[in-house]
This record gives sequence, structure tokens and C-alpha cells, in this order.
Amino acid sequence: MEVTARTPVGRMAGAWAALALRHPHLRDARLFQIAFLGTLLTIGALARDFALLPAQMALAFATGLATQSLWIRALGLEHRGVASAVITCFGLSLLLRADSLWVHPLAAALAISSKFVLRVRGKHLYNPANLGVIVALLAFPGAWVSPGQWGQDVALAAWFVALGGLVTQRARRADIAWVFLAAYLVLVALRIAVLGQPWTILVHQLANGGLLLFAFFMISDPMTIPDRRGGRVGYALVVALVAFAWHFALFRPNGLVWALFLCTPLVPLIDRLWPAERFEWRPPPRLRVVK
Amino acid sequence: MSSFAARAGAWLVVAVALALFFSMCSPPAEAFCGFYVGKADAGLFNDASQVIMVRRDNRTVISMANDYRGNLTEFALVVPVPTVLERGQIRIGDRRLFERIDAYSAPRLAEYFDPDPCRAYPRSMELAGRAAPMQDGAARKERRDKALGVTVEASYTVGEYDIVILSGTQSDGLETWLRENGYRIPRGASAALKPYIRQQMKFFVAKVNLAEQARTGVAHLRPLQFAFESERFMLPVRLGMLNARGPQDLVLYVLTAKGRVETTNYRTVKLPANVDLPTYVRDDFARTYKALFAAQAAREDHRAIFTEYFWDMSWCDPCAADPLTPAELREAGVYWVGEGQVRGGGQPVMLTRLHLRYTRDSLPEDLVFQETQDRANFQARYVLRHPWGGSPDACAAAKPYFTDVDARREREAQTLATLTGWKLADIRAQMQLPPQSPPRWWESLWK
Repeated sequence: MEVTARTPVGRMAGAWAALALRHPHLRDARLFQIAFLGTLLTIGALARDFALLPAQMALAFATGLATQSLWIRALGLEHRGVASAVITCFGLSLLLRADSLWVHPLAAALAISSKFVLRVRGKHLYNPANLGVIVALLAFPGAWVSPGQWGQDVALAAWFVALGGLVTQRARRADIAWVFLAAYLVLVALRIAVLGQPWTILVHQLANGGLLLFAFFMISDPMTIPDRRGGRVGYALVVALVAFAWHFALFRPNGLVWALFLCTPLVPLIDRLWPAERFEWRPPPRLRVVK
Repeated sequence: MSSFAARAGAWLVVAVALALFFSMCSPPAEAFCGFYVGKADAGLFNDASQVIMVRRDNRTVISMANDYRGNLTEFALVVPVPTVLERGQIRIGDRRLFERIDAYSAPRLAEYFDPDPCRAYPRSMELAGRAAPMQDGAARKERRDKALGVTVEASYTVGEYDIVILSGTQSDGLETWLRENGYRIPRGASAALKPYIRQQMKFFVAKVNLAEQARTGVAHLRPLQFAFESERFMLPVRLGMLNARGPQDLVLYVLTAKGRVETTNYRTVKLPANVDLPTYVRDDFARTYKALFAAQAAREDHRAIFTEYFWDMSWCDPCAADPLTPAELREAGVYWVGEGQVRGGGQPVMLTRLHLRYTRDSLPEDLVFQETQDRANFQARYVLRHPWGGSPDACAAAKPYFTDVDARREREAQTLATLTGWKLADIRAQMQLPPQSPPRWWESLWK
């Protein structure tokens, strides 16, 4: 069947394409993947961990997006980074737990504000969700992170989606997520081998949804990682090493978020030593519609 | 810009509406009241070990009680510990302490009686329930040790136990040493011992000194307690699985100062609780709770740990048993409570009761814990509501009341079936509910 602008299918495709052209974020396949992963992990968190209330998530999103909009208006900026704000809200509300309703929105507001306040050489310094979680852990009463609350089935499904994304899309800056995951799991595997523990532990570690969440919602944020590819790979290795040491040498919980927080000041340093082209959320238009 | 602002505004409205909707949907906090009529204590689970763990900063006190019923000469306890323990760090505990903390935190049944629907009660009268108390050759040996890579760091006799603290360099050597020295340990222990040796952990090894045991005159083995400092907030359970035949139960009471304790490497799940159950459950709550726990544990594939209780120990509402006294808390190892302290004063003590049923394959790693800042109280509490005993013809309000009661009993039957996995038909028969006859197909056709 010929698809032209006159057939219903053609019209629908045209409408979608026009929409995509007007909304450049929709063109980025990675965002679809993030959206899908986010939905999956949200279902997992809400269905499996009763400590997370839907109201907390909704409040985090409401406050996070409102804060983003307020800052953009106040500073008279161009509308960008809505996708990144959504990712921040996802990451924050899926990681943070609280026994009250105010912790999530406050953390989201602080996280988003940090993007506009804590800036080094024109880039925001901290990954907003990461900063929000750390501030909540340090300063808010009744806030915590539950690293073990992911069912194996949910994590398996999330791996499936993540791996699907790897093969079907040209990895843009998601490279850091994969380098990090590989490095961290190699370290865990080495520890198992050295200690002579059962290998089922590795499967058990893979089934931690928090690890995937961290890899795809935090460390892969293109604005807060080094611009040059080599720098990103090195940075991912350092973060993996620090997280591993935090967890297995210092025996403290939440190694991933702490490692990223502690390593973040390295990013401006790496960018200074090895400069490269800055990441932009809008990719150049690739799709053309002929009517 | 304006279209974006409009869109953001719309999203904001939707999100706030969702938040309000969900916060209204959450069930209203019900005032705790009523009579406690039953509890399901740890004693009802076979093969259950009980552990009390006290933890603040790096200081840890562990008390272990097991219901070992075999031949005393065959009893052996091997626990990896981070350091060599001195004599004063080891103590014989009292089984009564476990009974007290178990009674205080056990899953419980609360009972309510419906008020007379024909009389309008002021709200406060309904809440007047009162908690009822619950019934509630030396050189050669040294050479041999060296050859096996085993060092006896210390040895003590404490109560009825002979205790040695060992360090090893190779797991086969340690296994051989234990066997040569008369410890009955299961085959294949070396593979399980290896990770601990490689982490430079020591082994606390106990067996029963029969002469001392006869002198104590106690028929069962008393709990062992030890206090130490460690960065790690964990419990080694893997060694205990070696001689496990079927699933094992572990009931763990964690006493901390800040908040609820959960595992970081397994799911920690709150048991479904605060639901209405059929009133006949009153007669055999123990059996009901056992079935409920078994069904929930199986549903999680024996890979999750269940929270049965979390409460600040200075009070309870109402109490299944009195909270532990400061003296009892100190005995358990809560070092931050003063000897003569009045209850409720000073630093708080939080009790998290965790219950785990595991098999050899369901726990690849030892349990690692963290203390969260969560202070929301939780108890595995099940509610019985007794209908009012009057007649449906007593007043105008009585008829709709009994219609509600029928619907409620139907719901109770279904809740019980879902939680325990029992057959709905059996439950309905027990409750003497009329048998469910499906309406004939035309009966609802033109209604």
C-alpha cells in the first residue's frame, strides 16, 4: 500500500512527524527508552515497595516541573531541559523514601534549583536527582533510601528494556551507563571469585533495580558528565570503584549515590583538561516530512 | 513560552490532583483500641532460631537462642565474628528475655464489638476499649593446628558452653580441625567457611560442656550473647543453612536508636496487616497466622524478609505485653539505656521485628542491614469485628446494619482466603455463610 499524505495512515504519520519536528525531544530515541524504563520501574516500586506512595511521586513531579518553569521564567531562558527535569523527578522519587509527604517535593525543588544555581563553566555541577537524594539523606528527618526493595522479575524486565535500547539505537551519551555497569559488575564478580562465594550472588546483584536506575537516570545525565568520550569512560570507572569501595570496604549502604556525589567535583576538572564539544539536549533534525 | 507555561501549568494541575486523590484514597488512620485476644509467637514455628541484635554506631550485641532438641554432644555452633572476643564480651543470656520481647512484638489479634445500631453513640465511647494484658598432647596439638592453618585465639568455658575463638587460613584446614576436635559439622562446610576466612573474620565456636551443663540443671541450652564492635551491620546466616533440611525460620529482633531496620540486599516487606478477618479465627489464631505467613513467604519465593513489628519501645498502643524494662533492655545489650532510668526518658529504643523463612538456595548472601529514618509504627495486627447481637426488626436502622454485616462477613472470608491460601468454600462453611448459589442467567437479564 502506498503511503501518501492523503491516506489516513499517511496523515497520521504526518501529524506525528509534524509533532516530532515541533517537539525536538520526541526525536531522541533515548528519551523513549528512558520513559519506558521509568514507567517500568515506577510500576515496580509502587507495586513492590509499599513505602513509596503515589502521592509522593505526584508531588515530586508537580514541584519539580513547577520549579523548572519558575527558574526558566525568572532567568528569561529558552525552554529546554524539560526532559531532564522529568528524568530528575523519576530518579528522585524512585530512590528516595520518606515517612511524610513533604520530603519528596522539597527534595525535587532543591534538586531542580541546583541546576540553575550550582554552575561551573556554564554547566550545572551536580546531577540534580543525586544532589536531592544526598541532601535529603543528610538533612531531612524521616528520609531514607531503600536499596534492596526491587523484585527480581522487575529488574529482569528492566535489563531487557535497557539491553534492547543498546542494540536498537546508536549509543549517544549512554556509553557512560554501560561502562559504569560493566565496571561495577566486574568488580563484584572479582570479589566473588577472590572470596570464593557462590556465583548466584552475581545474579542477585544484577537483580537490583536500583543499580539500573542509577546507571540510566543518574550517572548518564549528559549535562553532568565529562564532554569528551575518554573522560566519560574514565569518570565511569572512578565512580564504579568508589561505589564498590563504599559498599564492600567501608560497609556502608547506598554506595552508588554517595560515589556519584563524591566524584562530581572531578567533572569540571576533566572538562578543563580534555575539552570537547558541549552536549545539547536538542539533536540536529534528522527527519524530514514531504507533504 | 506561553504555550509551554500553559502546558506546564496543566501538568501541575494534573499532578496536584493526583496527589490529592491518592492521599484521600489512603485508608484513614484508625485509632488503636480493642482487646487483644490472641497472638502468634515465635514458638509456633518449628526450626526457628531467634536472634536479638542491638546496634548503635559500631557497637553490636548479638544474642542467639535456638531450639536445639538433639543430643547435646552433637551440638556445635559456629558464628563468624569480626574480631577475637575477650571473655568479658561473652555472656550466657536468659531465655526469658526472648520470651518477653517475643510476647511484646508478636503478631496479634484485636477484637471489636459492634455497637447497637439502634442507639446513636458519641464517637468517643467507641474508642473506650482497654488493652487487656496477654496471657501470655599440647605441643603436638599445636603443630597439628599449625599444619591445618588454624590458630586457637582464645578459649573459655562460659556457663554450659566450651567456647573457642579460631582464626584460619584455609577452609579445608578449618573443617578438618573442627572435625578432629569433636565438633559435629556438616559435610561441605569448608566451601561455606571460605568467604569468611578470606575476609579475615574469626570464628566463635561453641559446644556443650556436659559436666557444666549437668551442674546448671537446666534442661535446654541457654542463649549465648556476645558484644563487639564492627563496621558491618550484618548477620551471617549462610553457615546455619548447611544442616538445614527444609525451610528454616529466623525471627530477628533488632534494637536501635533511630528508626526501622531493613535489609539492603533483600526485599523487606511489611506483612499484610490491619485487615478484618472472620471472627472464628479467634479460636485458632496461631494456625491462621502460620498459614498466612507460609502463604506470604511462598509468594515472595522465600526471598523476602517480613517486618512483623516496628515500634518505639517506650510505649505501645495497646500493648500485647508490657514493654521491656530498662533493666531488661540493658540485659539484651541496649547499652545507651541507664540502669535506673525511668521508662520513656532518655534515648529512644526502637524495636524492629523481622521474620524470614529461607531455604538453602534462597539466600545467596548473608543479610546486610541498614537503619532507616523511618519512624512510622507498624504491627502485624488482625481485626475481629463481632456483629451486634440484636434482631433485624429492633429498629429502622437495624435492617441496613445487618445487610452491611453480611457484606462485611463476605469480605472477611475473601480476605482470609487470599492471605492464607485456604479454600474460600471451607472458610465460608466455617463461618456458616449461606452457600453461594450463582443467580440463574435470566434473573439478572432484564433488571
